Amino acid sequence: MGKFATLICVYLFTVDLFAQAPPGQGQFLPVEQLPPTEQLPAAPLLIVAYAIVWVIAMAYIWSIWRRLGKVEHDMRQLEKRQSQRTR
Amino acid sequence: MRKVFVPLLVLAAVMFAYAPVMVANAPYESTMLLIQKIFYFHVPSWIGMYSALLVCGVASALYLFRGDVRADRIAVSAGEIAAVFGLMGLTTGPLWGRKAWGVWWQWDARLTTALLLELILVGYLLVRKYGGPGAEKLSAGLALFGMVDSIFVYKSVDWWRTIHPQTSVVLTLGRYSPAMLSALAFCGLAFVLLFLILLSLRVGLAEQEAALNELYLAEED
Repeated sequence: MGKFATLICVYLFTVDLFAQAPPGQGQFLPVEQLPPTEQLPAAPLLIVAYAIVWVIAMAYIWSIWRRLGKVEHDMRQLEKRQSQRTR
Repeated sequence: MRKVFVPLLVLAAVMFAYAPVMVANAPYESTMLLIQKIFYFHVPSWIGMYSALLVCGVASALYLFRGDVRADRIAVSAGEIAAVFGLMGLTTGPLWGRKAWGVWWQWDARLTTALLLELILVGYLLVRKYGGPGAEKLSAGLALFGMVDSIFVYKSVDWWRTIHPQTSVVLTLGRYSPAMLSALAFCGLAFVLLFLILLSLRVGLAEQEAALNELYLAEED
C-alpha cells in the first residue's frame, strides 16, 4: 500500500514537472498576435450556424407534413369504417 | 391566407436563395470580421420568434376573453413556431459567442432570460399536449405570461449590464452602416415570410386535427 502511494506521488510529481502551466499573461495581447494554435477559425462556426437554421426549419416542416399525413390517414380510415357500417 | 400561400412561398424561396449574396456583400464589422455575419440569421430568428409570440399572445387573449376556437388554433400554431425560432436563436448565438466572447454561454441577463422564455414556450407546448381537459385555457394564460416576459428579454440588455450588445446596435445600424441594415432588413423580411408560411401550414394542420376530433365524437354518438 505504501509502495503504491509512493508510486502515485512520484507519478504526480513527474506529470507536474512536465505539465507546468504557461507563464501568465501580463498585458493585453491583440487577437491578431495570438499563435495560430490559439486562434479559432470563424468560417466553420458561421457555416454551422447557417446549417443549423436550415436543419431546424426543414425538420419542423417535415414534422408538420408527417402529422398532416397521419391526420389524413386517420380520416380515411374513419370514413372507410363509416361507409362499411352504412352498408 | 390560402390564396396568397403560393406567392408567399415563391417569394420566401427567392429571398432565402438570395440572402447569402446579401450577407456576403454586407460590409465586415471592424472587430469581429467574418463571425459577425451570423448576425444576419441570428437577429432575424429572434424577429421571427417575437412575431410568433405576439400572434400567440394576442390569439390566446382572444380565446380566453371571447372563447374564439379559431384563435386558439392560431395560438397553438404560433406558440410552436415561436419555440422553433427561439431554438434557432439559442443555437446560433453561442456559435457567435464562442468566437466573439471566447465562451459558448454566459449566465448574463439577456442569455438567461432568453433561455427562460424558450422554457416557457416549451412549457406551453407540454401543457397543450399533456394537460388534459382545460389545458387550452391554462396554456393561453401561459402564452400571455410569455408575451409579457418577452419585453423583459428584449430590454434586458438596456436595463442590466450584460455581455450581449444593446438594442441600440440594431436601432442605429442605418446611421453607421446602411449596407448592413439593408442586409439585415432583407433577412428579417425573409424570416417573417417564413413565419407566415409556417403559420399557414400549422393552422391548416390544427384545423384538420379539429375536424378529425369532431368525426371521432360523431362516431361515438
